[in-house]
Amino acid sequence: MADEVVLLDFWASMFGMRVRVALAEKGIKYEGKEEDLTNKSPLLLQMNPIHKKMPVLIHNGKPICESLIIVQYIDEVWHDRAPLLPSDPYQRAQARFWADFIDKKMYNSGWKVWTTKGEEQEAGKKEFLENLKTLEAELGDKPYFGGDRFGFVDIAFVVFYSWFHAYETFGNFSVEAECPKLLAWARRCMEKESVSKSLPDQKKVYEFVAQMRKKYEAE
Amino acid sequence: MSSKEEVLILDFWGSPFCMRVKIALNEKGVGYESREENLFGGKSELLLSSNPIYQKVPVLLHNGKPLSESSIIVDYINETWPSPPLLPSCPYEKAQAKFWVDFIDKKVFEAGGNIWRSNGEALEQAKQEFIEILKQLEEVLGDSDFFGGKAFGFVDIIAIPLTSWFLAYEKFGGFKVEDHCPKFSAWIKRCLQRDTVAKAIPDSEKVYELVAQLRKMNGIE
Repeated sequence: MADEVVLLDFWASMFGMRVRVALAEKGIKYEGKEEDLTNKSPLLLQMNPIHKKMPVLIHNGKPICESLIIVQYIDEVWHDRAPLLPSDPYQRAQARFWADFIDKKMYNSGWKVWTTKGEEQEAGKKEFLENLKTLEAELGDKPYFGGDRFGFVDIAFVVFYSWFHAYETFGNFSVEAECPKLLAWARRCMEKESVSKSLPDQKKVYEFVAQMRKKYEAE
Repeated sequence: MSSKEEVLILDFWGSPFCMRVKIALNEKGVGYESREENLFGGKSELLLSSNPIYQKVPVLLHNGKPLSESSIIVDYINETWPSPPLLPSCPYEKAQAKFWVDFIDKKVFEAGGNIWRSNGEALEQAKQEFIEILKQLEEVLGDSDFFGGKAFGFVDIIAIPLTSWFLAYEKFGGFKVEDHCPKFSAWIKRCLQRDTVAKAIPDSEKVYELVAQLRKMNGIE
């Protein structure tokens, strides 16, 4: 029986990118449906009535929401290839911890960097850079967060790479200068087709963020 | 042959997040030692070194190896001691359970916090939001005994400790959960009948006194 896999997505969404990377890693064919965030489709509202957000993975008609939950689901269903999570329960718990850290800390501090100004932005920038350094320390000298293999935490964080240019420009800092090992890691990940084909161009994201920022400034 | 397992929880009696870990271990029949942290006085060296990122309880130390974040710890407990299973084996059902764990984690404690931290109109709004969340959870529960269906499971473990703070919300908010969400109340009572749950959850009156203390510390009248 052929699997029907649909992804409700938005091109600049880091959360959507995570699912794209996971599907590419597993070599799964899917139909991507681009959402207009200002005019969400009836399908999205039906498939994610609680949060009304994308990404939503629809597998044989059944919806799965929340990017990290979707990635774990993909790993379990297509468990015969390219494992994304370690098999050891302790390592799995560590991977989930760091993915959760990325969700709790990176996204919110990054948000402050591009949506605020002045003192608030400075505070956001400080927090963002501190969190980046924490991640860099966790990476250490490993090629990937997962060790020798690209995995769950790499997927959770590499998507931020597409937003680096935007953060750097609005925050007035350089990731390479602050966290050279992290940038080297990101570039290593981008050598993988599953990643490079799933992430949008940094310049395009910057233009999108610049537009969104104007909206916030006007409010 | 099984070697001696060392299972230690860095704990705080009033923390619903710590209660989750204890209930999960109780359900699995795993013995553990619990060490009370003084959250107001001074956190132990062990806590600070085991959880340097957040410096919070609970921390589970399994044969010396630390784990943090209660939902992640419960997941680990479920995978390490597989019987009885707390999650469905079907990947789709498992994803649904994790979705609701995430929802509960994001919404319930914060909404409750908005109640005991507020006054006046802000309090009224906080109450409404809290009740809305419980009503959403009631819909998920439906006519089942537990969020896990017939069997008590992962989502139940994540949710039930939060209810130990409900009396405090009710007293400071001037409402009763039972009046608005009778099914949810019935589920609470059903869970508390389980010995594995009852022995991990403190008396609601004690929690109420704790929250009253927190209010004073935060300068709320």
